Amino acid sequence: MASVAVERPLAEDAPVKRARRRGLLLLAVLVLLWGFWEGFRALGIHYGWQRPFTVDATSMPHIHDMIWALFQRPNPEAPLLIVTLLKAAAFTGREAALGFAMGATGGFAIGALLAHSRMLQRGLLPYVVASQTIPILAIAPMVVIWLASVQVTPWVSVAVIAAYLTFFPVVIATIRGLQAADHRAVELMRSYAANRWTVLWKLRFPMALPFLFSALRISATASIVGAIIGEQPSSIAGGLGGAILNFAQYYSFQPQNLWATNIIAAALGIAFFLVVVAAEKLVVRRAPEHVA
Amino acid sequence: MSAVSIKNVSKEFKGGTKALEDIDLEIEQREFVSLIGPSGCGKSTLLRIVGDLIEPTSGGVTVNGKPARQARHDHDYGIVFQDPVLYDWRTVARNIALPLELAGWDRNRRSQRVDEMLDLVELRGFGEHHPWQLSGGMQQRVSIARALSFDPALLLMDEPFGALDEMTRERLNAELLRIWQASESTIVFVTHSIAEAVFLSTRVVVMSSRPGRVSKLIPIDLSQPRSAATREDPRFFELATEVREALHMGGGYDMPLAATGLSEGAT
Repeated sequence: MASVAVERPLAEDAPVKRARRRGLLLLAVLVLLWGFWEGFRALGIHYGWQRPFTVDATSMPHIHDMIWALFQRPNPEAPLLIVTLLKAAAFTGREAALGFAMGATGGFAIGALLAHSRMLQRGLLPYVVASQTIPILAIAPMVVIWLASVQVTPWVSVAVIAAYLTFFPVVIATIRGLQAADHRAVELMRSYAANRWTVLWKLRFPMALPFLFSALRISATASIVGAIIGEQPSSIAGGLGGAILNFAQYYSFQPQNLWATNIIAAALGIAFFLVVVAAEKLVVRRAPEHVA
Repeated sequence: MSAVSIKNVSKEFKGGTKALEDIDLEIEQREFVSLIGPSGCGKSTLLRIVGDLIEPTSGGVTVNGKPARQARHDHDYGIVFQDPVLYDWRTVARNIALPLELAGWDRNRRSQRVDEMLDLVELRGFGEHHPWQLSGGMQQRVSIARALSFDPALLLMDEPFGALDEMTRERLNAELLRIWQASESTIVFVTHSIAEAVFLSTRVVVMSSRPGRVSKLIPIDLSQPRSAATREDPRFFELATEVREALHMGGGYDMPLAATGLSEGAT
């Protein structure tokens, strides 16, 4: 009787097949984008397009030039560009990781507090929203000045700026997720005379996890942006922010270097994103319809 | 001492809807009592008041001589809803163990009890599955196992088989009777189905609506243990008819469309 609806385990090689199909798809999209860039460039140069921007070798370097640039020395004394950029990425990555951790923890704490009380939510949520309308460029120098006055290392200040850009989606998702529990699931807990903490940890928190991870995916990439922007007012030169500023100055001579830097920054963002996705796979055990 | 004693219970919801008016009901130890009535007669509300999930506007409930709140804090209730309400991030075994965890049982005792429960509801070997991998009937059996795991004095069941097909429903009815006889529990059972109420119960409480009242108490004198043959017993039909007539007297049973002969397209 019991054998009816039990899921058949997937065939042995299904995950391998799926991974291969995924890889092929990724490659196809990459080739497509590459073709689009080069096609647009060739047409633009041929017809002398001025809209939406002037298309020439400076505004749109060849993609192979960008990649080639990674394995060149920007000047004779410098190491290979990719070495410089990977070091910068590691530096920025550290700032972003700390910022992400602070933003996620802080965002969860604020969200949990606001989910707990409707009054607090009404009173405080507008200010949380308002905090996100102030441009990070206006906040960053203040954070740097404040924290420098209490002898905080500059890279930690940058992490705080990254956290500022990270916590918001986590707050919203936490409020939503913690209130997502079905009322009968709450009644069930009530029938066991469970207290608020037990309900929070055994029911509301696991229920909130898929929401939370959606927010963390957004925050993971935002933390990189926050770190890169935060490096500028802190005059940190060793990170990707410094590299971007530097290569932007030499853009008209070596546009491919800035593009190469962007590629590395994007790769760092994707790496962060994938770490969150992997963590989600490990942590969230939910029915398939609840998993994004 | 009565298992449940309901005295003068009335419930008025915000906005003035009278859900229940002056309910008096005594349920003895080891009884299996079904509450049956049209939609909106307040039978689920009454069940929730007994379980101290909502409070009555007036009147009171005692369970084994204790106020309902005290009984809830003493873990006297097992509750089964129409939906299984399983936590899908927990395995079947850990769903069954949830109330034991909250009651502070240690790991060994928990896993031993979970095994017993899986046997009881005939789901041995499914402990490590996740709820979404089971059929609806199996999920509801897990939910019953969870409700029974800590030997509650009182089992409250709110249309537990309402969402299942007729075949599964009849089989689970028989299983529930077996489980009830093997345990020490008193059961209060809410249902829409006359056949189910008569088959399961030692007593049927017929309710009428707007406001919800007890319109008739019908003792069910069918012999125990009951089986498939019980459903064909002439006495079964007499009792079912008695319940049906009591329902109609009590202000009309909300017939599902299919039962009135007006199937889809006719409206």
